[in-house]
Amino acid sequence: MSENMKIKIGEKDPRLMVLDKRLSKVKRILPVMSSKGGVGKTLVSVGLSLALKDLGYQVGLLDLDITNPSAHVALGVSIEKFPEEEKGIRPPLVNGVEFMSVAYYSGDSPLPLRGSDIDNAIKEILAITIWGSLDFLIIDSPPGLSDEVLDILSFFKNSEPIIVATPSPLAVNSVRKLLELLKDYNSANPLGLIENMADQPSQTIESLAAKYSVQYLGNIRKDPRIDYNIGDPEKIRGSKFFKDLSEIAQKIVQNSF
Amino acid sequence: MVHEWALAEAIVEYVKSNYPNINKFKRIEILLGELQSIDEEILGFSLKEILKSENITVDELVLGEEEAVLRCRRCGHEWRLKELKLEDEVKEAIHFVPEVAHSFIKCPKCGSRDFEVVRGRGVYVKEVIPYE
Repeated sequence: MSENMKIKIGEKDPRLMVLDKRLSKVKRILPVMSSKGGVGKTLVSVGLSLALKDLGYQVGLLDLDITNPSAHVALGVSIEKFPEEEKGIRPPLVNGVEFMSVAYYSGDSPLPLRGSDIDNAIKEILAITIWGSLDFLIIDSPPGLSDEVLDILSFFKNSEPIIVATPSPLAVNSVRKLLELLKDYNSANPLGLIENMADQPSQTIESLAAKYSVQYLGNIRKDPRIDYNIGDPEKIRGSKFFKDLSEIAQKIVQNSF
Repeated sequence: MVHEWALAEAIVEYVKSNYPNINKFKRIEILLGELQSIDEEILGFSLKEILKSENITVDELVLGEEEAVLRCRRCGHEWRLKELKLEDEVKEAIHFVPEVAHSFIKCPKCGSRDFEVVRGRGVYVKEVIPYE
């Protein structure tokens, strides 16, 4: 046998070979991203999942904030039991949303990981998770421009990132870098920018959206009571935050690509 | 059917992707890292079923175990997984996503969770020899 007939081990990761198959029944992939921390990505991810579900769509939510998963807390998911297995892992249905997170396995313990371990955990989760027929797969992501964000941009073909910002100059400065990065990825077509914690649209964020030719999807007003609703989807649904997010969900549904 | 099936699918897709026009192989060797405690029998069964459904024949399908060795990034201590006593529930969590070992295992010498898995993490393809 000639040497070039041998596979160079490590050239490709087997786990990524099944990614298309795992996502074959998923119509749209919406990673919720922001390089700035504390802008509300997790609550937007959870709220958007519920809002799209309420509009009659099949929705999945994947928490890819590997070292600090918290979407289960916001959605009120019990992580006491491992998800069921059926030729892979079936994400449990929680409040009508298929939900997957590393938290099912790490529990409430800290999960300190360095870069290559984060990358490995993501590949493992993507390889073994068997999603049902979904109209939308929402992905919660951590802040920064590190492994999780780069993996999301590299592994998912045709994703439509939703960028979350606040009117703070710190967020504007940070999000601008994410928008600049997204220009490098043909696989990611930004769906739009959500301005969180803003009682009205700010010119700064609208200008930022215009500069990068990204749709300004809307603002979500400050909701001082939102923390009291965390963990209870019914209370989230009754919040001012959810009302504004539902209007944004309507816009997303109307945007067909 | 447990989640070994999903990993078997990934291995077969990997072989197909690297040898798109070949369906006869002399040998495929898979290494199973001890940390993930994959059930060899179930993975082997899954592989055979999927290969059969894809009309791929393999003369020699070898599944071997690789011992797990961990090294502390704080103090440099190196130890074998076998030296630890893990509860069944912890083993099962690690079985699904090996990286959650960092939630449950600490360096026996200094107590740090910041360690690397030197070898024996999970499933990987060691060798594929096709018929030319």
